[in-house]
Amino acid sequence: MKYLARRVGLLLVTGWAALTFNFVLPRLMPGNPVEVMLARFQGKLTPQAANALEVAFGLKTKQSAIGQYFSYLGHTLSGHLGVSLTYFPEKVTTLIGEALPWTLGLVGFATVVAFVVGTAIGALAAWHRGSALDSVMVPTGVMLGAMPVFWIGLLVLYVFAFKLGWFPVAGGSSGGQGLTSISGFGAVISHAALPAITLTAVSLGGYIILMRNTTITVLQDDFVKFARAKGLPERVIAARYAARNAILPNFTTFALALGFVVAGAIFIEYVFDYPGIAYLLYQAVTSLDYPLMQGIFLVIVVGVLIANFLADLLYVFLDPRIRVEARR
Amino acid sequence: MRALLRNRRALAGASILAFFGLVAIFAPLIAPYSPTDINFTPMLGPSAKHLLGTTPQGQDIFSQLVYGSRDSLEVGVITGAIISAVQLVMGVFSGYAGGWVDSVLSSVTNVFLVLPGLVLLIVITSYVTTKGVPVIIGVLAVTGWAWGARVLRSQAIALRDRPFVEAARMSGERRWHIVVFNIVPNMFGVLVANFFGAALYAVLAEAGLDFLGLGNINDVSWGTMLYWAQSANAMLLGEWVYLLLPGLCILLLGTGFGLLNFAVDEVADPRLRRV
Amino acid sequence: MAPLLEVRDLYVGYGWDKRNLMTVVRGVSLSVARGEVIGLAGESGCGKTTLAMAVAGLLEPPGHVVKGQVLFEGRDLLGLSRDEQRALRLAEVSMVFQASMNVLNPVMRVKDQFHDAMAAHGVKSAEVSLARARELFAAVKLPERFLDAYPHQLSGGMRQRAVIALALCLRPKLLVLDEPTTALDVVVQRSIVQMLGDLRKELGFGVIFVTHDLSLLVEIADRVAIMYAGQVVEEAPAQALYEEPRHPYTAALMGSFPPVGAERQRLAGLAGQPPDMRQLPAGCAFSPRCPKIIPGTCEVLSPTETHDGAGRRVSCHLYAQQAEEVAQVG
Repeated sequence: MKYLARRVGLLLVTGWAALTFNFVLPRLMPGNPVEVMLARFQGKLTPQAANALEVAFGLKTKQSAIGQYFSYLGHTLSGHLGVSLTYFPEKVTTLIGEALPWTLGLVGFATVVAFVVGTAIGALAAWHRGSALDSVMVPTGVMLGAMPVFWIGLLVLYVFAFKLGWFPVAGGSSGGQGLTSISGFGAVISHAALPAITLTAVSLGGYIILMRNTTITVLQDDFVKFARAKGLPERVIAARYAARNAILPNFTTFALALGFVVAGAIFIEYVFDYPGIAYLLYQAVTSLDYPLMQGIFLVIVVGVLIANFLADLLYVFLDPRIRVEARR
Repeated sequence: MRALLRNRRALAGASILAFFGLVAIFAPLIAPYSPTDINFTPMLGPSAKHLLGTTPQGQDIFSQLVYGSRDSLEVGVITGAIISAVQLVMGVFSGYAGGWVDSVLSSVTNVFLVLPGLVLLIVITSYVTTKGVPVIIGVLAVTGWAWGARVLRSQAIALRDRPFVEAARMSGERRWHIVVFNIVPNMFGVLVANFFGAALYAVLAEAGLDFLGLGNINDVSWGTMLYWAQSANAMLLGEWVYLLLPGLCILLLGTGFGLLNFAVDEVADPRLRRV
Repeated sequence: MAPLLEVRDLYVGYGWDKRNLMTVVRGVSLSVARGEVIGLAGESGCGKTTLAMAVAGLLEPPGHVVKGQVLFEGRDLLGLSRDEQRALRLAEVSMVFQASMNVLNPVMRVKDQFHDAMAAHGVKSAEVSLARARELFAAVKLPERFLDAYPHQLSGGMRQRAVIALALCLRPKLLVLDEPTTALDVVVQRSIVQMLGDLRKELGFGVIFVTHDLSLLVEIADRVAIMYAGQVVEEAPAQALYEEPRHPYTAALMGSFPPVGAERQRLAGLAGQPPDMRQLPAGCAFSPRCPKIIPGTCEVLSPTETHDGAGRRVSCHLYAQQAEEVAQVG
């Protein structure tokens, strides 16, 4: 299928671009980052740490730039992302592995719920266009979309966790308990509740407005008029004719918005001290832990690309015009 | 145009922008003190001398808030303009040209679209040694243009096949001439809406970067105010004014841009026009 | 026998403000007998589509019926509740829109669109719907396998046939067709018109055929009504109209369509612009463009409608002295 082939192609190209970006950027900046690091740590770097840096940057000094590039690619693609500097001697992959599930849970939940709820509200608003619901939902949607995530996070944290004490103030769980025990699970949920709700709320606005506008446009399409001419009940028209068609472009946008949700996750994790991969990235950036930073960057990009691709796959099922090639 | 003036949301959005614009322009007259003045007693609550109290470093909150508007508006408008320009070139040219040019340009667009912008942003800013507004503007522009470019591209494609464009082509008008004088004027509504959307994105993203401490933390902006509030544990100290107001301003300014974005969209697209 | 459909003095307006509507159908009366084909012809903007929609009960805001009745088998359609109206659609009165290219839901298979229409009118069984759909596809000469297809897999002409098949699935008594062939090429047009004729002979439904192509109507319609500026200006049996158009507008319309087989002739076009419905002249709406205008009369006095005994009527001052006059003061 041409459509899927193109999407896979895009995935590969973007992945390659990210890899190359990781390789090229440190070399473009003034000064050798390794020297910067050495200076910063003032000789406290052990030989192993220096080596870790070199692996991360592909800076085997004996090779040419092209050679370095390929050994870097080789290392990365085989899963050797180097060793973290701040958490030395923890491997980057280990750290990422620990943090990733937290973010996946958070982002996964927020994205799906925001899409489903936002789309539903948007469709309702469009269907009852001009009503009180619609008039309220539009500015609400705009405002939700204009909200700085981190600020809302701070406020929510302040009110619900700090002042009211309903939720814990920081962290992913209490006392390092995992998901294995009931109380551990409960702790995880209560820690994740505020971040998840905040992230969802902020993502909601865009979907509401998008679905509303798309549905309004679809409602004017000829096939909706004909559905009425067939004497179909309004509920059937709303569901199988209007919404079913309006959701298609929304879904495309949803796939593309996955990158933005990661952005929101960064702020949320930071504010709530949530031990996810985005928070880890922030820490890596502020402590100039280049290997860790590059590794996370790569993982995030790959993750978004995969999610994107899955969404594209799902889209094929939703839209028969893609699924079945037109005969004429 | 007239329809826009009658649109309630457009008026609301425009009023918000006008308000902040005036505040920004007349900041020296409105703010009682310089925002960076640290000579005041820190951690004061609101009073007659300090309308909103003082920060843990001893600065007047109200003055900071007022001057902060300059930063946000500046970044918002300038970045919005740059992004709009890039979108225009990439999207319209790619859509109109078609063929391999389109394939290449839209692939580039798609790559930038799929890459998580803020992550890219954060990584780039960590490498860059100088911090400050120009860097932020540059980085935001590089990461934020892709989505609008896609929209403009599909508009350009739709317009390309319209009779009047055909006619222009037949009469031998040069390609860029057709684009500039025939296609672009017909996309005016979308372009304007995109500008406001880009400005919204810029305001929020810049605030976000400042908040994380990736901008110049000595600049006065609403984002950095929140950065200092966070690092000084304003929450624990009960300084809710410090926490609340900068964010509220970001929200309001963002809403202003957002409302205009929505309203222009509504007016420009005949299918969305109000009953 | 009571007519199948009777439109009595219908006025339809357009606008969002009910006090300030633009009237696009101005006092139209029309009747369709069982199994009869009525052609409705006129330029773009004369109100024929609006009339068709109102007759089929499909008028929605910003269109409003201001005055008048639409009696279907004696019942006033406009007075029915929404549910009653819905029940009538497709089952009694069916409409095929102009440009049926996009009239089918892109994400549903064609057979499912038959089924949901039939289910809405009480036929719950999918097998029954499918059997009926197959029957109809055969009647419109579409290969059965396209029932399983999605609309985008059919060509424009095929979609038009599929829509016509759908419109007939519940054996309506009246079929309203709005420019069903305008967007198609002439060959397809011909085959569809022929198919409609065959179906009508078999199923016996009445037809209102709206088009600007008068030459087509002359061939297939029993009677033809000519509309101008929201009014019926002439109505006559098709052949009679062709041989002797009475209203100057009809004559002009005729003159614009050269018959293919006839000898070369000068085409007489029609001067002027279609009327602005918001600024109609006090008298006859056609007077600004009429080649046979009676100065001093036509611009200021509305023509009265005159009937001759042979089933013809015309609204024109040229014929005011002839035959019986309907007691209407203009």
